Amino acid sequence: MSFLSIRDLNVSLANGAPLLRRVSLDVAAGEVRALVGESGAGKSMIGKAVLGILPRAAKVTGGSIQLDGEDLETLSPKARRQRIGARVALIPQDPLTALNPSRRVGPQITDRLVDILGWKRAEAEARALELLEEVHIQAPDRVMKAYPHELSGGMRQRILIASAFAAEPKLIIADEPTTALDVTVQKQILKLIREMQQRHGTALLFVTHDLGVVSKIAQSLTVLYAGKVIEETDIKAFFAGPSHAYSRALLAATPKYTDPDGSLTPVPDSVIQAVEAEIAAFDAGQMGTVRA
Amino acid sequence: MLDARGQIRRLPGVRLWLSGGWLALLVLAAIFAPLISPHDPLAQDLFAGRLPPVWEQGSDPAFLLGTDSLGRDVLSRMLYGARLALIVALVAGTLTCLIGATLGLIAGFFRGWADLIISRLIDIWMAFPPVLFAILLIAVIGTGLTSVIVAIVVIDWTRFARVVRAEAMSQGAMDYVASAQVAGRGRLGTAMTEILPNVLPTIVALLTLEMGIAIIVEAILSFVNLSISTDQPTWGGMIAEGRASIYQAWWVLVFPLFTLFLTVLSFSQFGEGLKEHFDPVLR
Repeated sequence: MSFLSIRDLNVSLANGAPLLRRVSLDVAAGEVRALVGESGAGKSMIGKAVLGILPRAAKVTGGSIQLDGEDLETLSPKARRQRIGARVALIPQDPLTALNPSRRVGPQITDRLVDILGWKRAEAEARALELLEEVHIQAPDRVMKAYPHELSGGMRQRILIASAFAAEPKLIIADEPTTALDVTVQKQILKLIREMQQRHGTALLFVTHDLGVVSKIAQSLTVLYAGKVIEETDIKAFFAGPSHAYSRALLAATPKYTDPDGSLTPVPDSVIQAVEAEIAAFDAGQMGTVRA
Repeated sequence: MLDARGQIRRLPGVRLWLSGGWLALLVLAAIFAPLISPHDPLAQDLFAGRLPPVWEQGSDPAFLLGTDSLGRDVLSRMLYGARLALIVALVAGTLTCLIGATLGLIAGFFRGWADLIISRLIDIWMAFPPVLFAILLIAVIGTGLTSVIVAIVVIDWTRFARVVRAEAMSQGAMDYVASAQVAGRGRLGTAMTEILPNVLPTIVALLTLEMGIAIIVEAILSFVNLSISTDQPTWGGMIAEGRASIYQAWWVLVFPLFTLFLTVLSFSQFGEGLKEHFDPVLR
């Protein structure tokens, strides 16, 4: 039984344009699953649907999201917030906008412990200090009292990681956590997330468009195109040779670090046309089932 | 491993000192007006009418800034006028701010039908010429201090609502708002801890600006004789009276006008200075 189980999830805009097309996806307890795809494929949308922070214009129009065997869509908004707050956390994409600039760092880490888990403020602060040390921040007591603008981007991302692990969630959704950082910091942060994930045994849904990152961190992988799952496989099988033509083209398009001067291979037009046709056929099928 | 950004301490600038100094002086003048006024602001002395300020020829040293055509002391009237101006600035400014900012926050953060109603209301409101609106309103509800304050609140809440709504909307799109919701915080809690503190510097700047505007509106209403009863000295009233004798006694008009100008300028500069000083993010 997997911890997060998404079945046939449809998300559409108010005008009916589909963002996610019957997406099914599982994350087992302790598993690291990568979610890859191009910009606009709906990778982040899946995470947002689970967390209940979809943009105003987007709505869940079908399917189910089960967390630990409980269907989130049937819960009241408040109960849902409680469940998510206690068991799932988010590592956001941009550390520069993910901390409130007018509040000190400390309370932003301890909020959840106090609000959701009912800890005493002093206990929560001790725990936050411990976590900041765990993410290799020196002088954590000073950082707790700092405002976000006094810290660098890498520091802020470490704080967000510490904050995500604070309540010992069962699942963390990492939404391109390294995209906004420069390459040297990216590597450290990636290593840190891996390290924290292994130590705490947390399941991780890792959203990214970087297959190089995927090979380092994930055990399984879901490829998304235009809001539809194209391929779902384990990591060894994928890098040995993906079964879907689009996945193969995507893998071939990854820049090779061994050959920095080599030209990049874009995904060929023929592959795009084929996958677009597949999506169109799928949509037509959907229309059929709705009419029937 | 905190970097040097934490070490930056900003000193309050010249602008904050100058504007704050003038406003402090004004507050003192208003509080102690009965003690420091050389004359009763209402006492008329027709034999001492239109005396020029002390440095001009034919002046009386008892009347530092001269007298108006009814022989009332200009300085004393200005000091008492400061009382009214500051009361209007504080009360009307604060009320306008509370009402406008609350509506703006609701519209900008909660959106939906509340935003729809508030936004349309703002659009309709702003189609009225504000001063005519105020004059019409006073003509209906009658003159007096309360009426003046009500008129200012009614015509000016849109200024806050519009700006705060836009700010709240842009704050609402920030990741930390999403994070707070993932961490289980309700909508109202999010608005209070994540949105409001970040909008506050803007609200403070607007508030002081509004205080200046309130003084101007009061002066305009006094000028057209629709403010407080005529036996209470106000800057606007003095300007109106001075206008009639501008060629014979310029000082009756110029001194209150200049004070009004300085005060309104100080309010806006004070607000900008405060915003700059307290905004946590260096811009």
